[in-house]
Amino acid sequence: MMNSVKQNSITKQKSTSKRDTVAMQVMWNRMISVVEEQAQALIRTAFSTSVREAGDLSAGVYDIDGLMLAQAVTGTPGHVNAMAAAVAHFIRRIGRDNIFEGDVYITNDPWEGTGHLHDITVVSPSFHQSKLIGFFACTAHVVDIGGRGFTADAASIYEEGLYIPIMKMAERGEINKTLMHIVRGNVREPDQVVGDIHALATCNEIGHLRLIEMMQEFNLNGLHDIAEFIFENSRIATIEKIAALPNKSATGEMTIDGYHTPIELKVSLAINDEFVHCDFTGSSGVDKMGINVPLVYTQAYSCYALKCAIAPEVPNNAASLAPFVITAPVNTLLNALHPAPVALRHVVGQMLPDVVYNALDKILPDTVPAEGASTLCNFQVSLRPRTDAAAPEHALRAEVLTFNSGGSGARPTLDGMSATAFPSGVMTMPVEATEHTGPIIIWRKELRPDSGGAGKYRGGLGQFMEVGATDGHEFDFSAMFDRVDHPARGRQGGHDGAPTIIAREDGSMMQGKGKQFVPNGGRVKLEFSGGAGYGEPSERDPELVKRDFARGYISAEVAKRDYGLSDTEIESINRALLNGTSIQ
Amino acid sequence: MTDFDSIDSVRMGVDIGGTFTDVVIEKAGELFSTKVLTTYIAPENAIIDGMLQVCAKAGVSAAEIGQIIHGTTLATNALIERSGAKTALITTQGFRDVIEMRTESRFEQYDLNLRLPEPLLPRQQRYTVNERINAQGQVYQALDRNDVESLARQIKTAGYQSVAVGLLHSYLNDSHEKMVRDVLAEIAPEIMVSLSSEVSPQMREYERFNTVVANAYIKPLMKSYLGRLEGRLAEQGVTCNVFLMHSGGGIISIESAAEFPVRLVESGPAGGAVFAATIAARYGLDKVLSFDMGGTTAKICLINNQTPKTSRVFEVARTYRFKKGSGMPISIPVIDMVEIGAGGGSLAHVDSMRQIRVGPESAGSEPGPACYGQGGKRPAVTDADLVLGKLDPNNFAGGSITLKTSASEKVLVDELGTKLNMDAQMAAYGLVEVVDENMANAARVHAVENGQDLADYTMIAFGGAAPLHAGRLCEKLGVDRLLVPQGAGVGSAIGFLRAPFSFEANRSVFMKLSDFAPAVISELLSELEHEARGFVKRCDETAEILSEFKVYMRYSGQGWEIPVMLNADQAKNPTMKVFKQLFEDDYRSLFGRVVDGMDIEITVWAVNATTPSLIVDRAEELSNAGEAAIDSHRSIFDPALGQAQHAAVVLRNGMQCGQTVNGPAAITEDETTVILPTSRKAIMQIDGCIDVRVRAS
Repeated sequence: MMNSVKQNSITKQKSTSKRDTVAMQVMWNRMISVVEEQAQALIRTAFSTSVREAGDLSAGVYDIDGLMLAQAVTGTPGHVNAMAAAVAHFIRRIGRDNIFEGDVYITNDPWEGTGHLHDITVVSPSFHQSKLIGFFACTAHVVDIGGRGFTADAASIYEEGLYIPIMKMAERGEINKTLMHIVRGNVREPDQVVGDIHALATCNEIGHLRLIEMMQEFNLNGLHDIAEFIFENSRIATIEKIAALPNKSATGEMTIDGYHTPIELKVSLAINDEFVHCDFTGSSGVDKMGINVPLVYTQAYSCYALKCAIAPEVPNNAASLAPFVITAPVNTLLNALHPAPVALRHVVGQMLPDVVYNALDKILPDTVPAEGASTLCNFQVSLRPRTDAAAPEHALRAEVLTFNSGGSGARPTLDGMSATAFPSGVMTMPVEATEHTGPIIIWRKELRPDSGGAGKYRGGLGQFMEVGATDGHEFDFSAMFDRVDHPARGRQGGHDGAPTIIAREDGSMMQGKGKQFVPNGGRVKLEFSGGAGYGEPSERDPELVKRDFARGYISAEVAKRDYGLSDTEIESINRALLNGTSIQ
Repeated sequence: MTDFDSIDSVRMGVDIGGTFTDVVIEKAGELFSTKVLTTYIAPENAIIDGMLQVCAKAGVSAAEIGQIIHGTTLATNALIERSGAKTALITTQGFRDVIEMRTESRFEQYDLNLRLPEPLLPRQQRYTVNERINAQGQVYQALDRNDVESLARQIKTAGYQSVAVGLLHSYLNDSHEKMVRDVLAEIAPEIMVSLSSEVSPQMREYERFNTVVANAYIKPLMKSYLGRLEGRLAEQGVTCNVFLMHSGGGIISIESAAEFPVRLVESGPAGGAVFAATIAARYGLDKVLSFDMGGTTAKICLINNQTPKTSRVFEVARTYRFKKGSGMPISIPVIDMVEIGAGGGSLAHVDSMRQIRVGPESAGSEPGPACYGQGGKRPAVTDADLVLGKLDPNNFAGGSITLKTSASEKVLVDELGTKLNMDAQMAAYGLVEVVDENMANAARVHAVENGQDLADYTMIAFGGAAPLHAGRLCEKLGVDRLLVPQGAGVGSAIGFLRAPFSFEANRSVFMKLSDFAPAVISELLSELEHEARGFVKRCDETAEILSEFKVYMRYSGQGWEIPVMLNADQAKNPTMKVFKQLFEDDYRSLFGRVVDGMDIEITVWAVNATTPSLIVDRAEELSNAGEAAIDSHRSIFDPALGQAQHAAVVLRNGMQCGQTVNGPAAITEDETTVILPTSRKAIMQIDGCIDVRVRAS
């Protein structure tokens, strides 16, 4: 099949005139800028901090068959393949005969959308001259969807919140008010969630308007020709990159905390002439708790990892994703089926790049980073007036979600990035913005020294956070952390990163996952994990060791133990710091 | 404004750019200009040099200059080159690393070897104090003066020249920041102090802290430079006041500039936008897209109702291909523009998808584009312009450089043609189409972000490379009218002379419309008005000062506000009904629909005090006075038609008022060439402006 594709496109290239090629290049660029505008409109009009501050969203444009033509580069690789596949589900469920101008469709189906109920996907058909020419789709993570909240504690999808099957949110421009009433009645922050659903529909509209402008300018009746151009060029570019790799296979594995019992993640990676295949046979089975992963999400993060290492420049679309084939046995952790609980699928899914790289490193040395914190260090706080004593009059309820990052793994020639998301690309919310969303106080959010694994290249530092409520409030703290018992592992002699630690203000330990009660006046102290090191620490440039000590990235103890800094050197740096002499 | 219009006033505009320092003197309505090389070590030297040259041209002495308006890229450069002062940050305990942790994200998703930009201050230069103000602006944990004193002594010992103070929620309550300043003034009076609550009183700690750090970092340098400049000017007999152009497109006193130097960032391009705004006023245009294209970058700005669009955040010193997120955010009032890596020197290559990519890498002046014959090995935009016939090889820069077409053809074929099976002309066509499309996309995205449709806009083009590309850009954007003013080469410096004295004061105070408090609002706005007018008064005691009231509003729970303008009556007698109506109107025009049933809130309040804009004489619309004389013909490639055309060449100097030129044509002058696509015609206007319109087919 791959062969015929290649031949076809070569013949086609010859038949396209060069002038058309230039126009096609311009249109391809334009479609990417159309979806970027679509994503911007969503950020500007969204209500949840997860969307407007952190960028947990995606946006894309599709041809009439539901094949993705272009996708905005946003914070969420997790939506990459899931988004690419979503529109086909919508076309099938709604039915081609039932698609009208002015329609808007919606779902939060984890298997046909992007992996959990908190992600709402909205699809709008795009009509030009009264003819259906394509679709716009976008997804955003809303702050609440009812049920048990954003936590792994549910035993099945039914407990995880409101489920919206693929349906019409608007027909011929008329909003489905019944649906909006149901949403409003089932979520803890109705204004934010309904506001976000409106924002999703708005951004598709903006994308549609820009697309039509382009079609008028270039005198197009449909997207068929430009689709063909995009797909062929992307396919060829991707396949060329793959063909340049050694034709080899390797396996990778990693163990992570899981909920009650550790989870095994295993992959067999095979590089063929024209495609790369990752198969996750041998990984753990379906979990009792809500950390299971629908296959779309497994595909998204595995594919993202491969694209970064192999074909980073090729934009995402149906053709550039096709040569990355990701499989996992049905009814296992990484291909969980309805009604398995999946709310925290990201905790496992975001670990998959490390697993894939564990294998890829054996085929392509000096290319991929060491392991990192990988999974986002997110938590959600459900605040309410204290119940153990009389609460003050102004006390209130609120849902506050925060995204945070530990350290990324060191690279073959660079240190890891401190407190920076990888593989996810979402942003953290500003503390000042978070504190405006509820009676929460964040007492600390700063780098965690000594948490980056030692190495020739040091792992990125994790971070400290400390969270409490204002006087008169208690809260449930929903933890979604990993790497408590299984820190990031070093590569080529690099040391492991520091593990995650969660404790109460008195030092007593808390669980890495699940809802935990914190009484009025209590605080949660968090230490997010660091990235692992790359190469022997003894080979690290001594100037960088001194710099790290001066900046407080490493303590005197670690500087001595792992890197052999002498007491004299330490004293001289300490003196320089007091005198304000430059050290770097 | 006082006597700017009087017949004997002499005013000087000075723009220090990356390569050139432009000096313009306006004497009795006539402009005299010169360009001298920027002298990085002592930038004032180039100014004196340029001033003497241009004084000689204008026949005036330095003592006769009545006013100097100065804009400079020095503040921006100091941030890019990290050449600022030894600076410390004092921040809230627990938040030492805000400027280093940034947004915790990667601005380029697919690069495994991404390098994040280093913060301006390394970690050991960031200190903390134990204190906390909550999101309601109440002191939650008081700051102990003793702690501050011991920290101040530590900072003094370490020999810092400048200190930035950035505490959480200080935009709501500045008492702790002020205490830090008071203590430092007592213990270490030699240290300059900048407070985040003064430099940028806005929510979002990363942006605010970064802005105050940037201000503190460049303050000693700018203060010293401005002092030296005043001294050198005095030596030359200059007696007038020197004012500074700020990023927001207005003018501030030299004292304000020294206190808030971060407000000078990108003041040159701001001057360019003001220049375009005065042309807009002269032609009575309410919707203008200004397009400024130089050697390295292109800047695009929307100018509605003859006022450049402003914004509250700007990103400076992008480290990664001008990519959003790779620089540092500065939250100050700025003229809102997009800057992309697209200039005459921008270089092209073919990527793995066989797509032509252009910029942001630039050939600079050394070696320059291949056609300069100085060893340039990769095709630049100028090479493509030459091969397509848009430039005359024998008449570039007034004939001072002879361009080598064969060199351009060779690199176009080597770098693009062989990979794409194209000849030199086709490769050049591909290259300019890509760079023009990049600029058009940037303009489109910018318009969308502002809810504007470019179809009814007029483009005003200036900067050396803009007139070569503006015609095609208009075709791509569906813009029907283009103006290429006279003096386009020193547009920014001319713009300085047209800018009003202005200062915007703003404050973050949250108020929901459901808690609408008219008395609080009118008092707050009047305080801000007082503050802003104070700054302007320092520049000009006697001038008339206008106040513009603006509030930033959003649905309660949204994170991004939209600006809503109030008139004086709405500001002094605020009513909830009017505020709601104004917001909904603006929201609808931006995003197409309003959201029913949601509370609305106001987050930021701003008052801009400004002297009235210069009254500009309206240019009369000239009717056709026949066709201009054609000097010669040459072949010019027309991208819209996809083929070369037999095009007329007309000398700009030879065109009489009202005379027309039909495209395809090139209108040439020493500094640049205006390319008319086949679809356009040009009419010479009375002020020397070339007015380009769609040609009736």
